[in-house]
Amino acid sequence: MQWETVIGLEVHVQLSTQSKIFSGASTAFGAEPNTQACAVDLGLPGVLPVLNENAVSMAVQFGLGINAEIPEVSVFDRKNYFYPDLPKGYQTSQMYHPIVGPGEVEISLEDGSTKRVRVHHAHLEEDAGKSLHEDYHGMTGVDLNRAGTPLLEIVSEPDMRSAKEAVAYLRAIHAIVTYLGISDGNMAEGSMRCDVNVSVRPAGQAAFGTRAEIKNVNSFRFVERAIAFEVERQIELIEDGGQVTQETRLYDPEADETRSMRTKEEANDYRYFPCPDLLPVVLDKAYVDHLRDNLPELPAEKRARFESELGLSAYDAGVLSSSRAMADYFEAVKDVCGDAKLAANWVQGELSGQLNREGRDIADSPVTAAQLGGLVLRVRDETINGKAAKQVFAALWNGEGASADEIIEAKGLRQVTDTGAIEAMIDQVIADSPVQVAQYREASEDKRGKMIGYFVGQVMKASRGTANPQQVNALLKQKLDRA
Amino acid sequence: MHDKTLSELATALAAGEFSSRELTEHYLERIQRLDGELNSFITVTAEQALASADAADAARARGNVGALNGLPLALKDLFCTRGVRTSCGSRMLDNFESPYDATVVERLAAAGALSLGKTNMDEFAMGSSNENSYYGPVKNPWDLAAVPGGSSGGSAAAVAAGLVPAALGTDTGGSIRQPAAFCGITGLKPTYGRVSRYGMVAYASSLDQAGPMAYSAEDCALLLEAIAGHDPRDSTSVARGVPNYRDELSASLSGLRIGLPREYFGEGLDPGVESAIREAIKVYEGLGASVQEVSLPHTDLAIPAYYVIAPAEASSNLSRFDGVRFGHRCENPSDLIDLYKRSRAEGFGTEVKRRILMGTHTLSEGFFDAYYKKAQQVRRLIRQDFLDAFEEVDVLMGPAAPTPAFDLGAKKDPLSMYLQDVYTIAINLAGIPGISVPAGFVGRRPTGLQILGPHFSEQHLLNVAHQFQQATDWHRRRPAFGEENS
Repeated sequence: MQWETVIGLEVHVQLSTQSKIFSGASTAFGAEPNTQACAVDLGLPGVLPVLNENAVSMAVQFGLGINAEIPEVSVFDRKNYFYPDLPKGYQTSQMYHPIVGPGEVEISLEDGSTKRVRVHHAHLEEDAGKSLHEDYHGMTGVDLNRAGTPLLEIVSEPDMRSAKEAVAYLRAIHAIVTYLGISDGNMAEGSMRCDVNVSVRPAGQAAFGTRAEIKNVNSFRFVERAIAFEVERQIELIEDGGQVTQETRLYDPEADETRSMRTKEEANDYRYFPCPDLLPVVLDKAYVDHLRDNLPELPAEKRARFESELGLSAYDAGVLSSSRAMADYFEAVKDVCGDAKLAANWVQGELSGQLNREGRDIADSPVTAAQLGGLVLRVRDETINGKAAKQVFAALWNGEGASADEIIEAKGLRQVTDTGAIEAMIDQVIADSPVQVAQYREASEDKRGKMIGYFVGQVMKASRGTANPQQVNALLKQKLDRA
Repeated sequence: MHDKTLSELATALAAGEFSSRELTEHYLERIQRLDGELNSFITVTAEQALASADAADAARARGNVGALNGLPLALKDLFCTRGVRTSCGSRMLDNFESPYDATVVERLAAAGALSLGKTNMDEFAMGSSNENSYYGPVKNPWDLAAVPGGSSGGSAAAVAAGLVPAALGTDTGGSIRQPAAFCGITGLKPTYGRVSRYGMVAYASSLDQAGPMAYSAEDCALLLEAIAGHDPRDSTSVARGVPNYRDELSASLSGLRIGLPREYFGEGLDPGVESAIREAIKVYEGLGASVQEVSLPHTDLAIPAYYVIAPAEASSNLSRFDGVRFGHRCENPSDLIDLYKRSRAEGFGTEVKRRILMGTHTLSEGFFDAYYKKAQQVRRLIRQDFLDAFEEVDVLMGPAAPTPAFDLGAKKDPLSMYLQDVYTIAINLAGIPGISVPAGFVGRRPTGLQILGPHFSEQHLLNVAHQFQQATDWHRRRPAFGEENS
């Protein structure tokens, strides 16, 4: 039987506010346990929450970024349950009146086509703390530094039909939030994680199958693998005559499998009700308009502009707009060198290759965009040839000079285009290679094409790579063919 | 000294008749001598009080001091006080010392006031008799066989007995006004949002409000001025200027339109209380006020609505008492669930558990619409009743409680206890202010007149109460308790 996969994602994005959503404590990552938890985060008796306006602004910017409805009024609710890392015994969230209404996200698929994924809503909530089960001699430690960190939970419609689409959606969300600067999108530090709802149904069937929810998946790769495992598990189960149970599952990356956490029967009744300590959030039109007017260019717009204005291919435009860091870098290189295509080639070629080899992110590239732009400019105006350019790039990467020009001068890599100088080197090579010259002159025209390579190599060597290769080739041919 | 009102003490301190240390020592001596019988304090902070008194005296010598400089007060034991136990009358918080001060505590200190200690209360402010305290019941100084009312029973009894000239209470469904009435003192519940709730341990967040309890309306005005006002740490506190509440105390009541809610004079009202209230109304007529009957048609829905909303909020507010970070923790928990269950079973008393259960039930899936949602709709109707009434009259008057203070142990059935709040509870649901002023006695036990006004009408309510107190001396009466030995 043919099966169709149906996927919906709940993406939790940590907003990059300085302080927590309901308190003044810092949100910085990696501090000593419980040093960034104030009385409010600890849920001490008598404390009250005060909403962080930046969190509201960031959530609204996201909504505007996906063309969502922004309701005038949103309301915080309490989600009640007991857990040691949940200090108040409830999580403040938005159940019934979220801050962002329905919107949509465009995703790009591998075949170059695009697809729209609907977003059901996005709501603000506070993160919980962290239970630490190691190193406490059978006891559990609780670190509340993360408690109260602002999260935007983005809930998609079940619009994705493959693991690849789910990953593309997650990447699109990642790009939007990083473009907006509302999250660092750092999945390793938990700034972005998602719950994946997966079900399967016979191809052509309209009704959805029973879904399983895979909790807290925290990398693009794990999302893809968790879905792949889960789809296979569900299909096997059904084909063996079984039934999928609605349940919450956990993805274990070590074992590369999902395991049941709790079934629907065991699910909590969270007893949501409006939080009486917080007033409804009322957004006036002027506030929303102001944010809309100040939105940065978002990935889809940027991709389109790269194609139409800069003449890049769809593929290049897609790669270079995939993250704000990448796009900003590319545009800076382009602005310095004045050639979008050359800039695109260098950013995607030499730079990305080296970054990948060293496992680094473009945001902490040792070669700055200004430096690379300076290098590409010298390629473009033919101050250096391609071979020398690679040397200059390596030198910049290793910190051997502040700019391409400095390195070109220091290493004497300026391309030699003076015909007289090149001719002198050619004459010397011809004089030093009587045997090869004789062989060349005896050879047929089609063999000569290959043989000339030797002479070119010798001349380039004599010029320490600085001679213009096209010129060398042309002059050599003249001189060798003359006799 | 202890026969003086707070305002008179302020004047005497300013005139140098005695020092704050002398005054503080006098009250501490009375507490030590008399409170063993009354049980109105949970914690007495004598040392800090005397140090603060000395600081206040020194400040006065330098001049330029706050309105409450050197005046001793007491705080209901649910206001967080740094370094001093804040128990909420519960075993759960018997070991809890707050690392921070509530906003009202900070504001009182900024005005120069000092605290003698923390007063007894019904556990987590749940009760109308002060019998639901881990620290034992409080007695009514007018009649030791009677309850002082609740939940701010300790504050009311301590003021009535002259152990402190004024105290702060909190009022979620009548917890300032009913004990004030039972103990023959004046108690004001301000408009919801008028006084910051930051640092006040929450019972029902949408109803809780702190307020002053003292001998006179003038004293309440003095205290309200110090504690009222917007607090950026409480989103539900209202950004609205604080008037000088004493400025209008002497304004004439000529032309005042008083409404008597028909529903507040019906079945269940003690005839002795009713006649005292009717007498009080006559005093107002003598002051130039006109009286008319009005109706608050949804009054009978107030108690049911309250006992859905308040327990619902409480069930969530009290979840943080889980034995994990502070408060009572059971011995040797076998696992997490055991820790939760036994810590909470041991830490909370019966009434608290009852309300947590009720609230948990009404918020549960399948019941939410029938209970919580419906109760919120009722709440809007009740609020509208008052808004409609205030179209016709300036203030509403009636009894603060249907009976005078009842005997300790008299009300075993929770429902009969809940009915105590029949005249006070709707006021919290509507968010309006109310004040209870002493209005006579039924036998030895005092009774209180409740005066209600529109949102943020405290200045006017205090004026109306003060004028009554200029014409009567009920608020000047003191119980015989403790006097035979002094």
